[in-house]
Amino acid sequence: MGKVLMKGNEAIGEAAIKAGCFNYFAYPITPQSEVAEYLSRRMPEVGGVFLQGESEVAVGYMLFGAAGCGARVFTTSSSPGISLMSEALSYISSAQLPAVFVNIVRGGPGLGGILPSQADYFQATKGGGHGDYRLLVLAPDGVQEAVEMVMMAFPLAEKYRNPVMILGDGLIGQMMEPVEFPDHLISEPSNKDDWATSGMDTRNRKDRNLVKSLFLNAELLEEHNRFLKAKYDRMKQEEIRYESYNTDGDYKVLIVSYGIISRVCRTAIDMFKTEGLEVGMIRPQTLFPFPENAIKEAVSKSGCKAAISIELSMGQMVEDVERSVQGVCPVHWYGKAGGDVPTPEEIMGVVKPLSK
Amino acid sequence: MQSEVMFAGFGGQGILLIGDIFAHAAMEEGREVAWIPSYGPEMRGGTAYCLVVTSDRPIGSPIIRNPMHLVAMNRPSLEKFAPMVKTNGVVVVNSSLIPIRADRSDVDELLVPANDIAKDLGTTKVANIVALGAFVARSKIVGFDILRQCVKAMFAAKEKLIPINLEALEQGKKVAEEA
Repeated sequence: MGKVLMKGNEAIGEAAIKAGCFNYFAYPITPQSEVAEYLSRRMPEVGGVFLQGESEVAVGYMLFGAAGCGARVFTTSSSPGISLMSEALSYISSAQLPAVFVNIVRGGPGLGGILPSQADYFQATKGGGHGDYRLLVLAPDGVQEAVEMVMMAFPLAEKYRNPVMILGDGLIGQMMEPVEFPDHLISEPSNKDDWATSGMDTRNRKDRNLVKSLFLNAELLEEHNRFLKAKYDRMKQEEIRYESYNTDGDYKVLIVSYGIISRVCRTAIDMFKTEGLEVGMIRPQTLFPFPENAIKEAVSKSGCKAAISIELSMGQMVEDVERSVQGVCPVHWYGKAGGDVPTPEEIMGVVKPLSK
Repeated sequence: MQSEVMFAGFGGQGILLIGDIFAHAAMEEGREVAWIPSYGPEMRGGTAYCLVVTSDRPIGSPIIRNPMHLVAMNRPSLEKFAPMVKTNGVVVVNSSLIPIRADRSDVDELLVPANDIAKDLGTTKVANIVALGAFVARSKIVGFDILRQCVKAMFAAKEKLIPINLEALEQGKKVAEEA
């Protein structure tokens, strides 16, 4: 299959099918409704299920139920919808079931706006729902990477028996770019017997699978939480992904930026180069686990005077950047949260003074 | 070499569609491309625009305040975007509906009576394709043959619309070549 020109939202839907996911439950919300529109047509064609829930709360629990049965399942929504699904995310995490949630982020808080935003960084990486749980969070910077991350998300969710969230934004959902899909379908997970309540006659194991999150006994709940923590620690060991840009040589400033805004930063870095100013960038592709060591190493390079977190929020990822930099150099922040995406020139205006 | 084209008009004029066809043509030529629509709480008949960025290299920022070229299908679009076009850019003005001009001496302004030409072909619905044909013939960002193929592909599901759209494309080209 060659390249096709597709909207991010439609490509995300197609990628899920290519990943072997034939169960999609959703509730429409701008700017991601095209996923539902696309899959309402495509799912019946491939023998899958498209179901519009009565609310995002219901959709969250539909995923819980389907995942508990061993079905590969996913949903897409945008910020206010993800808030409503957050309770289910907590339960699914505790019950250790694989599911994929895509958040095409819009401006907030409250109903906010419908333009691109990254203001759900905290919600995705630090919680949203209650309790000590973590999501593995992937952040694409364009349509092709959104496709790759959707296809990566299902095996990761199954490997860790944990929800995976893809944090996009309104622009990635709405823009069209050429994309390529791999032809093959991802096969069934090999560890499905560990969780699927698929009936005793079809399974290899003798003991029952229980889907539950209630542990009234303190010792058992402690043990459960320690088990979950070990899993999240393993993610930190094995799943950190990031991309470095212009960090081979020396640079005066390190930008940390992800998603759509990182592309604007990349253009700004190219423009700086023509002026003779070197600026490097680390682009986290996983927001949890966060590339702490890579950032610390990058700012420890001689000549690097400052780090700056550039994000479409009022300063969320900057807290993780500060944590990673550990005082090696000053950490700054620049961001916008109304839906307006800064231009490369604006970024240059903010970064330049930090190089002096 | 990167170029950015702003297609603008009101909802219903097929603005997003000509951006889509143009983006397809660029992709078929093996170029990097990003098509960015205006999206917002719009109503029928409201403004509609999309930006198509094409480049030989991976596209960094898809956010462009000053596009290289403009195809303006109605007056508010020309008023809004003409001042932003880069020097030496092509500005296509749908002169059937726009009584004013870009008022810039540093751009290549091309007047195309797109709605009148389309009306003569049988329906004003193809005015957008007339403008697209004129723009591509003038700017030469993509090859005209590939553009024809992409128009055919776009209307593949409604085959009977292909001839009139291809004719609209040619009429647009003719205006650009004669101007």
